Amino acid sequence: MSNSTTNLHRRQTLKLLGAAAASAPLLGFSASSAAVQAKTKGAEVIFSPTDPDLLNPVVHWSMKLTQQELEELAVLVDVIIPADDQSPAASSLGAPGFINEWVSAPYPQQERDLVLVRGGIVWLNAEARKRFNQSFRQLNAMQREQICDDICLESRAKPEHRYGARFFAKVRDLAATAFYTTTEGMADIGYIGNRPMQTFEGPSDEVLRMLKLKS
Amino acid sequence: MSVMQADTQEYDVIIVGSGAGGGMSAYVLTIAGLKVLMLEAGRDYDPVKETPMFNWPKDAPLRDAGTPDRPFGFYNATVDGGWQVPGEPYSQASSDPKQQFSWWRARMMGGRTNHWGRISLRNGPYDFKPYSRDGLGFDWPVSYEDIAPYYDKTEMLVGVYGETGHNLENTPDSPAGILQPPPKPRAYELLAKKACNEMDIPVIPGHLAILTKRQDHKVLPKKLFPNNPLGQKVTADSMQARAACFWATHCGRGCSIKAAFQSTTVLIPPALATGNLNIISNAMVREVTLNAAGKADGVIYIDKTSRQERKVKGRAVVVAASAAETSRIFLNSRSSLFPDGIANSSGLVGKYLMDSVGGGVTGQIPALEGLPPMNEDGSSGHHLYQPWWLYKEQKAGKLNFAKGYHIEMSGGRTMPGAGVFGGLESFTDGAYGKDYKDACRRYYGTFVHFAGRGSMIPNEDSFCEIDSDRVDQWGIPILKFHWKWSDHETNMVAHMHKTFAEIIEQMGGKVTSTIHSDGSKAISNGGSIIHEIGGTIMGADRGKSVLNQYCQSWDVPNLFVTDGAPFPSKADKNPTLTIMALAWRTSDYIVEQFKQRAI
Repeated sequence: MSNSTTNLHRRQTLKLLGAAAASAPLLGFSASSAAVQAKTKGAEVIFSPTDPDLLNPVVHWSMKLTQQELEELAVLVDVIIPADDQSPAASSLGAPGFINEWVSAPYPQQERDLVLVRGGIVWLNAEARKRFNQSFRQLNAMQREQICDDICLESRAKPEHRYGARFFAKVRDLAATAFYTTTEGMADIGYIGNRPMQTFEGPSDEVLRMLKLKS
Repeated sequence: MSVMQADTQEYDVIIVGSGAGGGMSAYVLTIAGLKVLMLEAGRDYDPVKETPMFNWPKDAPLRDAGTPDRPFGFYNATVDGGWQVPGEPYSQASSDPKQQFSWWRARMMGGRTNHWGRISLRNGPYDFKPYSRDGLGFDWPVSYEDIAPYYDKTEMLVGVYGETGHNLENTPDSPAGILQPPPKPRAYELLAKKACNEMDIPVIPGHLAILTKRQDHKVLPKKLFPNNPLGQKVTADSMQARAACFWATHCGRGCSIKAAFQSTTVLIPPALATGNLNIISNAMVREVTLNAAGKADGVIYIDKTSRQERKVKGRAVVVAASAAETSRIFLNSRSSLFPDGIANSSGLVGKYLMDSVGGGVTGQIPALEGLPPMNEDGSSGHHLYQPWWLYKEQKAGKLNFAKGYHIEMSGGRTMPGAGVFGGLESFTDGAYGKDYKDACRRYYGTFVHFAGRGSMIPNEDSFCEIDSDRVDQWGIPILKFHWKWSDHETNMVAHMHKTFAEIIEQMGGKVTSTIHSDGSKAISNGGSIIHEIGGTIMGADRGKSVLNQYCQSWDVPNLFVTDGAPFPSKADKNPTLTIMALAWRTSDYIVEQFKQRAI
């Protein structure tokens, strides 16, 4: 947070305090509680994360990753899920934005993932510099592969690559969630449900024959 | 402050809770003409308006992943609930997770019926008399024959798909003409059936409370209420308001077309239509009150909106708040007559808490690779299942555990959501790039999960009591849980693991989860299957039970329980159908008591 925003925030708080002072004696209220009271008029519920509007979902937390981190993640998710003749690359379907939403969420699992992902981006760039004297995004495809091959499976990774492997696995799983829940991603793997039907017919004769359940 | 009208009126019956037991009680009692007040601790909830039908994971926060706020995902039909409810803590006697009880609650009209799995299995004859069969657990003071007519009626009312005529041991067939037609099996279910049959494991259509065709609103209401025009009318109207399943969108979100059973769409609307039911939501009940004659005369609740205490009066009280919550209300209802809690002269209130035994194994099935895209949504629950099959081996002493489990299958080409393809790297040698995309295409829909749901024997070490040091945000003393599995349950889970691995191998697949030969490492934590029962058990002996065979308190004759708390033993069968059948029977008895002026 820059100094100017802090000052603005302080000015707003003072203003709210002034408003509160007009109606209630200030004595006994700390600055923050008076401000909160002025803002919420008591026990009014603004948003309940355990009872949200399911038909109008909102992400109720702010994003934590920087623009630069998002750009670096975009490079990595496209190494993991590149464009091919069936579907586009992960970044073009918003995977970095989803990862940001995930690691910014105020829950223990996601808070751990934030550390893993942020630290992982730094780790990846450091590894790239160590090997090629450039950041990961500046590497060519072969150079990127050389690093990714060392961290794509934790059980096989060398001790010095193990943290990188955990980071890579996390980004791969999050990129897959981001990608395969989109319309394009579901089409890629052939999910064709979630539409109302008069009857449920079960597998076709063709499928039954492929499964050797019918001759 | 204005006093609500409900505060001054004396009702015939006050019902605490609006889920399977409370909803069924309200339905039967109001149709019989009794004036009923229902209290629900959560907010009002309308599945028609609030259910996210067809909504995609991509439109939900975190792609619908579970969080502490929304444990079963954003779209799951749970309001202000989960393993923790804000402001309503509970405590554990032990720091060992295996000796803890995880308590799922939902603070909403209809309770957990809004999201449940709809699996509706009848207890069999052995399940009502477990002690007589093998000396373990407690016999129920009722037999299968006593409850069977109520199973029939409940299945006709709620609509349960399944198939009859299998004639399997301790797996009752419903009489012909009662069940809804079962859906056709999915591809992976047929593959599993073939493998299981080769292993002499029976596989038959599952029983789920989902309409596969519209109910016959002309015939069924007359069967349910032969001499009651009001009952016929409200039931017929309610049945006409329900559509058949259209084979899409998950039942766990609730069902706005009312194909899947929920108390809020099937029980409460017809009860309200009788004109005999009032409901107060956001009413957190603290205690049942007692008059000078030693009878229950009402309940005290906290109105959550105003945070004020209120009292309502009734000539009878039915508690159906969920097994542990019902125990909590009883234990907190202290008086000079009942210093340890109302109806607790036996000292058994809160005792013999049970849950289903749970264990599961996942496998990958190569035969399912390379199939053309097909829609496997189906009913969202299982179409086929495996009832427990080793009764004879058990009788011959060949197994190292008592009782049994059934198998619930899932898998196939489900809707991709959060975590899709998680862990795939162990299959693909850490693939990324083009190889990864190819692997996702190859492996999508090829995983099958087998979940065992087994019988737990009631024991002295699994119970809840009041944690005397702590209250919740409504000023109500909270529960402390004690839990312990016996060797029977842990050995059962080891048997599940071994068996499920064999089924997967018989299907030509390979196991992808860890197989444990030590069941204590693999058993699900107490409460986590959310089949919470016991706490005010019924019995034939008033010294050894809290309730009689009509779920009526031995001590306080106008106090009844209609949730899972009266169950004296835990079958492998999921409890909801039995909760509803018992609630119907108890409600019939209450009506009879009113007619005889015994209440």
